[in-house]
Amino acid sequence: MLTYTIRRLLMLIPVLFGMTIVVFFIIRAIPGDPAQVILGQQATKEAMAQLTEKLGLNDPWYVQFFHYVKGLLSGDLGESLRSSAPIKDEIWPYLAATLELSLVAMLIAIFIGVNAGIISAWFQNSWFDYTAMILALIGISIPVFWLGLMEQWAFSLELGWLPSTGRENVRDPVEVVTNLYLIDTLIAGRFDQFGEVIRHLILPSLALATIPMAIIARITRSSMLEVMRSDYIRTARAKGMRMFFVVYKHSLKNAVIPVLTVIGLQVGLLLGGAILTETIFGWPGIGRYIYEAIGFRDYPVIQSGILIIATIFILINLVVDLLYVAIDPRIKYN
Amino acid sequence: MPVLAKRENEIDQLQQEEASSPWREGWKSFKKNKVALIGAGIVLFFVIIAIFAPLLAPYGVNDQELSIRNTPPSFEHWFGTDDFGRDIFSRVLYGARISLWVGLVSVAGSVILGCFLGIIAGYYGRWIDTLISRIFDIMLAFPSILLAIAVVAVLGPSLQNALIAIAIINIPNFGRLIRSKVLSVKQEEYIMAARAVGMSDGRILFHHVLPNSSAPIIVQATLAIATAIIEAAALGFLGMGAQPPQAEWGKMLADSRQYIIQAPWTVLFPGLAIMLTVLGFNLMGDGLRDALDPKMKN
Repeated sequence: MLTYTIRRLLMLIPVLFGMTIVVFFIIRAIPGDPAQVILGQQATKEAMAQLTEKLGLNDPWYVQFFHYVKGLLSGDLGESLRSSAPIKDEIWPYLAATLELSLVAMLIAIFIGVNAGIISAWFQNSWFDYTAMILALIGISIPVFWLGLMEQWAFSLELGWLPSTGRENVRDPVEVVTNLYLIDTLIAGRFDQFGEVIRHLILPSLALATIPMAIIARITRSSMLEVMRSDYIRTARAKGMRMFFVVYKHSLKNAVIPVLTVIGLQVGLLLGGAILTETIFGWPGIGRYIYEAIGFRDYPVIQSGILIIATIFILINLVVDLLYVAIDPRIKYN
Repeated sequence: MPVLAKRENEIDQLQQEEASSPWREGWKSFKKNKVALIGAGIVLFFVIIAIFAPLLAPYGVNDQELSIRNTPPSFEHWFGTDDFGRDIFSRVLYGARISLWVGLVSVAGSVILGCFLGIIAGYYGRWIDTLISRIFDIMLAFPSILLAIAVVAVLGPSLQNALIAIAIINIPNFGRLIRSKVLSVKQEEYIMAARAVGMSDGRILFHHVLPNSSAPIIVQATLAIATAIIEAAALGFLGMGAQPPQAEWGKMLADSRQYIIQAPWTVLFPGLAIMLTVLGFNLMGDGLRDALDPKMKN
């Protein structure tokens, strides 16, 4: 296991390096003069020269790349053109907001998705099975941004049940410690604000969770159906074991591998979907940070934002890969 | 050499005969699958709408009448009007053209490039396989919409560039699929036979390897069109795809969202159109997978 973990970590290096190359070339591949594109048609020659110098675009590309990688290795993510602040100083609150939203969305997706899949398999061809699978089919076809808009319209603007934008009650904020507001409100002992934070989380996290939830439900169902037809499950039932234990203990444990793979892959979808959900719900996360940077042609922020999300994505997939071995001892890696 | 040429033709012919029966079987099983037929029906419905949009649309796609801004659905305007007094029904019909066009062309691009790279990697192996596979790994390390945003950030926002971006991000999915297919087909006896009679690499690849890998490609492509339509709409929604006054469904949603309280219909119908089209391709893709390539199911 340890050897496999080390090998798997080493295999990340070329991928991370390749990602860095892709991100590095985002700004350099702009057709024409990047400074002109960033500053617009009205830009003066001096301003353009200054920006080119600031971005280090005068050096040969390999020198630029060397500086870029050296900077990244020492934690330097560049400087925002809009705020002139180092990106590494301003990115954490955005990143924390996205992590909080994605984590809650993933938990909702896993909890509802896995259970809906199990019950559908348990009561195959029942009305529950049909309803759940039709909903899952609609769920994977629904555009997350449209669902978000519709939720916002129905539950916030029309019915007024839930807030439509933001992360907390801004009139009564709590002291920021971790930037994860669910934790910060608890640290401050402000349970009223904790409830507010949850109320703000419901709509965006449900919108974000829909697609992963649908996919997880479908894969859990088919994986469970396969396992439940096997001999040892029949034996367990023949012994008179209660169906609940047969399903949740014996079957689920063996059906979980494909589900886990899908969950790992869905994290990418979730992080990508965050940019759309955050735009709709005014959620100050990294997706919105990148979206606003696009509007301002703030290329260093676009680059670093994309690099960070992609890095988180591959790290999560690494963890999922390692979890396989932990869960299923039959899997051997050479 | 005529003997060799004859053998080559015989092998080709044998292969075609063999290949025809799984297709016929697949079609039979597809026809029995009601859900898949509903999906195909939805897709056909939107294809007809896209082709005949100018005949079906009661108003011009960009006809404005400011006196009837944001009016609710009525007999004259089935889906209501938007902030410029444009007929939403007509715009949704025209939107089908853009979405289907982007979906089909971008996926065709990904299939062609993905297959090309996948075949080279799988057939020739060694360093070229390592290189291409690592490039695919790197591309798949980015959440797809972010990679699309990166491409559009470089090329500039437009519908055409969104199409290119979507084509690029889907290349590795097809590349990997065809590579693994090539690796397994390469070991088959008829490929060895083809090689033994001196058939050229190109002919083996295009006459034998590719036809034997086409079922999973068709399945994957159908499902990829669904994703491509959503991605194009997402880029349009973020202002990185279609530009005004193009009647693209995602862009229509973005433009109408500020009027969602007064005129929710402006947001409702373009979104429903996206969802239905995507659902159609998903249902059809699922059905094709069950019919043509049952092994892919899980």
